[in-house]
Amino acid sequence: MSAAPDRRLAGRPPWVLVVPALLGLAFLVLPLAGLLIRAPWPTLPARLAEPQVLEALRLSLVTATIATAVCLVLGVPLAWMLARVDLPGRRLVRALVTVPLVLPPVVGGVALLLVLGRRGLIGQWLESAFGVTLPFTTAGVVVAEAFVAMPFLVISVEGALRAADRRYEEAAATLGASRWTVFRRVTLPLVAPGVMAGAVLCWARALGEFGATITFAGNFPGTTRTMPLAVYLALETEPEAAIVLSLVLLAVSVIILAGLRDRWVTSP
Amino acid sequence: MFRRHLGWVAAVAVACLAACGSGGPATSAGGGGAKEVTVFAAASLTGTFTELGKAFEAAHPGTTVRFNFGSSATLAQQIVQGAPADVFAAASPATMKTVTDASLASAPVTFARNTLQIAVPAGNPARVDELKDLADPRVKVALCAEQVPCGAAAAKALAAAGLKITPVTLEQDVKATLTKVQLGEADAALVYKTDVIAAAGKVEGIDFPEAGQAVNDYPIAALAKAPAGGAAKEFVDLVLSQQGRGVLTKAGFEAAPR
Repeated sequence: MSAAPDRRLAGRPPWVLVVPALLGLAFLVLPLAGLLIRAPWPTLPARLAEPQVLEALRLSLVTATIATAVCLVLGVPLAWMLARVDLPGRRLVRALVTVPLVLPPVVGGVALLLVLGRRGLIGQWLESAFGVTLPFTTAGVVVAEAFVAMPFLVISVEGALRAADRRYEEAAATLGASRWTVFRRVTLPLVAPGVMAGAVLCWARALGEFGATITFAGNFPGTTRTMPLAVYLALETEPEAAIVLSLVLLAVSVIILAGLRDRWVTSP
Repeated sequence: MFRRHLGWVAAVAVACLAACGSGGPATSAGGGGAKEVTVFAAASLTGTFTELGKAFEAAHPGTTVRFNFGSSATLAQQIVQGAPADVFAAASPATMKTVTDASLASAPVTFARNTLQIAVPAGNPARVDELKDLADPRVKVALCAEQVPCGAAAAKALAAAGLKITPVTLEQDVKATLTKVQLGEADAALVYKTDVIAAAGKVEGIDFPEAGQAVNDYPIAALAKAPAGGAAKEFVDLVLSQQGRGVLTKAGFEAAPR
């Protein structure tokens, strides 16, 4: 990424590329600048200390973290299967895994309702057998976030697994290590940066999740109203409060990305 | 719902960029032969206004009516932020006030009234038959958030009944609230009678006496900076006409007192 430009290609960068590049940059940065400019700075501390804000922030951080943990437990093995096991129809499986990535999250929320809702295929069985219903619960938020965020982790880890040198695994195997031991002692440490990068992406996506959450889990303070939902509701009556909430989300994301920058950049 | 927001934000951003890059393209508003009337209307008016829009187009050949249906509070904010709307029809005087306070409209007229009903999924699985049944903790209740008109009306009705209930969700607009009942995720919701009628077959409506304490007035106004000019006023006139009243009362609205 930070490699010096090739000498033979030195010279002025062509404007055909520079102009759209600058426009693209402005397009991405200007809205964020707008948030900062329009922020009600004098009342900011008071607004931040409001219990609803802290409640939504806490809920967002907790659910995004649990969702990431769920994605790690389920997603790393899935990525390993995709990269290391000769599955019939592997390409189809990989395509299916990435569907939530391109699906509008609201559609994901509807799909979750149809399967895990109280009258859903699995949901009605969950309710009759265990008395568990997911919609309108914090667990429902985690499910919605994990559904939307897991592909980020799987793709990132699978990429790392494909890029990793398989000879280390083969050497371990010839020395008598079982496949589980190879995975635990060789593969996992080898792709750790990729797992880390995937987990960060996954966490960030979960933190910002809106559509699937509001559709599947509903919107109630303390149980399901995460930061993005609070922003959306605040827009109804108090745009200033929405700006404050957005700033908090922005700050959290920037802090996390900055804190993990080194691992982030060195990951494949 | 939220995608409408995003779309709007994106459109503004793109328009701004385009303006920076090329010196501003012509906007779609006005000009040329084809005229367009853009109506921002409360989500609860989706069915009736779509019908009235078709009638307007039939009566004014060459004119198309475009609708933006959503929560009145969101629409009011969009108008205040400069959305190019011609007509605003809100589900509460409070949301209309946001627009009149910004001097973007004057003299709104009440054109309809709507009352609340308890909506339950077909078959009424939780056996709800009056308002106080919603206080039962085993009954999962969906309400609109208090920031939007149907939520404010629900709060008023519950206060009038002296009831405190704990809903499982506070939805963004009345359609989203009703959907939760329609899918059977919630056992009951407080929504407008008109929405229950529109979803006939999938939900059942139950009248309750306290609804009389929380009747919602629907005001309409042509906007001061309406790009469509006179056509905006003509659309408002259609809504207020005998024909407009007919469509509205058929859908379950009450005629506004005159």
